[in-house]
Amino acid sequence: MSDGDVLAVADHRRGDLRDVSFQLLTAGRELADDLGGDLHVAVISGDVDSFADQLAREGVDTIHTVSEGEEFNHDVYVQAVEALFDELAPTALLAPNSVNGLDYVPAVATRLDVPLTTDAVDLTYDESLEVTREMYGSKVETTVEVTATPFAVSIRGGEWPAAEPGGDAEIESFPFDVDESEIGSRVTGFEEVGGGDVDIGDAEFLVSIGRGIEEEENLDLIRDLVDATDATLSSSRPIVDNGWLPKNRQVGQSGKQVTPDVYLAIGISGAVQHVAGMKGSDTIVAINTDPNAPIFDIADYGVVGDLFDVVPALIDEFGG
Amino acid sequence: MKILVTVKEVAEAADDFEIEGDDIAERYLEYDLNEWDDYAVEAAVQLQEAGEDVETVSVTIGPERSEETIRMALAKGIDRAVRVWDDDIAGADLDVAARARLLAAVAEEEEPDLILTGVQANDTGFGATGVALAEELGYEWAAVVNHLDMEAGDPAAAVRRELEGGVEELTEVDLPAVLTIQTGINEPRYASLRGIRRAQSKEIAPKALSDLGVDESVIDSPIRRTAMYEPETESDATYFEGDPEDQASELADLLREKGVAQ
Ligand SMILES: Cc1cc2nc3c(=O)[nH]c(=O)nc-3n(C[C@H](O)[C@H](O)[C@H](O)COP(=O)(O)OP(=O)(O)OC[C@H]3O[C@@H](n4cnc5c(N)ncnc54)[C@H](O)[C@@H]3O)c2cc1C
Ligand SMILES: Nc1ncnc2c1ncn2[C@@H]1O[C@H](COP(=O)(O)O)[C@@H](O)[C@H]1O
Repeated sequence: MSDGDVLAVADHRRGDLRDVSFQLLTAGRELADDLGGDLHVAVISGDVDSFADQLAREGVDTIHTVSEGEEFNHDVYVQAVEALFDELAPTALLAPNSVNGLDYVPAVATRLDVPLTTDAVDLTYDESLEVTREMYGSKVETTVEVTATPFAVSIRGGEWPAAEPGGDAEIESFPFDVDESEIGSRVTGFEEVGGGDVDIGDAEFLVSIGRGIEEEENLDLIRDLVDATDATLSSSRPIVDNGWLPKNRQVGQSGKQVTPDVYLAIGISGAVQHVAGMKGSDTIVAINTDPNAPIFDIADYGVVGDLFDVVPALIDEFGG
Repeated sequence: MKILVTVKEVAEAADDFEIEGDDIAERYLEYDLNEWDDYAVEAAVQLQEAGEDVETVSVTIGPERSEETIRMALAKGIDRAVRVWDDDIAGADLDVAARARLLAAVAEEEEPDLILTGVQANDTGFGATGVALAEELGYEWAAVVNHLDMEAGDPAAAVRRELEGGVEELTEVDLPAVLTIQTGINEPRYASLRGIRRAQSKEIAPKALSDLGVDESVIDSPIRRTAMYEPETESDATYFEGDPEDQASELADLLREKGVAQ
């Protein structure tokens, strides 16, 4: 049937390719090598010519541009990827597991009737596809075998290095007419959220609190620590979801990216979407009762212990 | 208007656990309503309270044990529930496509105007079922919705999709549609005692593959989990040992040394 080709669909937003798109090229090249095929890259909507120039990196064979619309629209993406897939008959469809990926990849896989595995952190092909992915909030890894071709996989950001500039990719414009009657959603605008009193992105020392705090009243304990150490308070998502802190305090994929000198994570498990926002910190310290919490994988210093014991003792140390 | 909410009972692993075969041993697992689905249930109940003639139905694919979780949704105000299960499903490793087809079979019977799912199930974390279900049904959809503005009878829903980095996309979605609901969209209520009592008499309709007119082949999947293991820790963390005072003292020294606290 198909000849081992990989079709990788890049991700961009409001005029910029997203970092994961360059990592996608590396994952795609490796998979194409395993499969013995070519790496095709598609870029859909927006300034596709400029995007194509930037995507023409080491390991890419052909780039297909689909000039249709400005911003991401899932109906357009589904139609365009379906058309590309019919034309190229690849063995693998690859896309980032980004928020926009979440919005069209499952629909395309369904329409093409190909099996879908999401949020891959590693991929190999040797007679069948082996996907490594996490479960139970990153506590365990699993191996998933996919025994049919073609297949679709979405990849996690930050797991593959970005492809190097260079190479001799061919850039082709893909002829495509959108079926307007099938468009049932319209993007009417964008809004930046989370401005306000402080910019946690500027802080040198962040004391960050997670669901381990249990109750809103208990936040006073953390505020005492923040006062005693002159730190800035930030949090994981559930604290903001509960309305205990404003959105501008949230660290993570959908919050802020922070790079303080010290990031002290208290009662935070270290979910991938949280880590995406703080892994660039110089020094990471974690306090957690669970010695297996994934946050310890990226911590430089760890305290396995109960925050309700350790934090009061820490406040004492600073004469709070 | 009719709203269908998909709910999943998810397993959470204890701090210390053991893996047996390709899963965490049952004795280390605790079951609860998926966090994201709790927000979807709340969104449905709020639409019901705000409108007239709004019916809410929940659907789950799950074993008998999951009825406890389904009752939680009923106690919070969902009118009735459907539970899909039989021996064939019990023995299968359901992939996204299989789940979407089973849920679609229920949706085809119910013909809802709006389907609410969670963004992701917190145990397996696929994050794909809602959008696959929409395509399966030929419904419109929006993924990762953190704001929903609509009233019963509206031809479209105005939603916000939460993108990365604090950016939200404002989108209009024609109905019927599937929305995958993000945490924080509302404040899920606790079930009241009265709600819990009333839930006891609400219907949970069991459905097998044959009841749904779905062929067994639907649950055959080319995707199979073959192994589970604890990831090799990439950690080179230095641990502060001792009692909490010792730990705090070493941590304080570190913070002083880094120059961030005096
Ligand atoms: C599309 C999407 C975007 C997301 N964006 C973000 C984001 O921007 N930021 C974000 O943070 N999350 C985000 N999430 C959510 C993320 O998946 C996790 O659900 C969340 O990060 C978990 O927060 P937590 O670590 O505080 O809670 P949990 O995962 O519940 O962890 C609580 C931790 O506290 C520990 N603990 C409990 N009691 C104590 C105690 N007494 N002392 C010490 N430790 C204790 C526990 O062992 C546990 O490790 C997103 C999810 C999705 C799907
Ligand atoms: N077994 C199931 N029964 C009912 N709903 C489910 C099931 N599995 C997934 N879902 C729904 O689909 C959403 C996304 O799940 P997933 O794609 O598995 O991460 C969940 O939040 C649920 O609303």
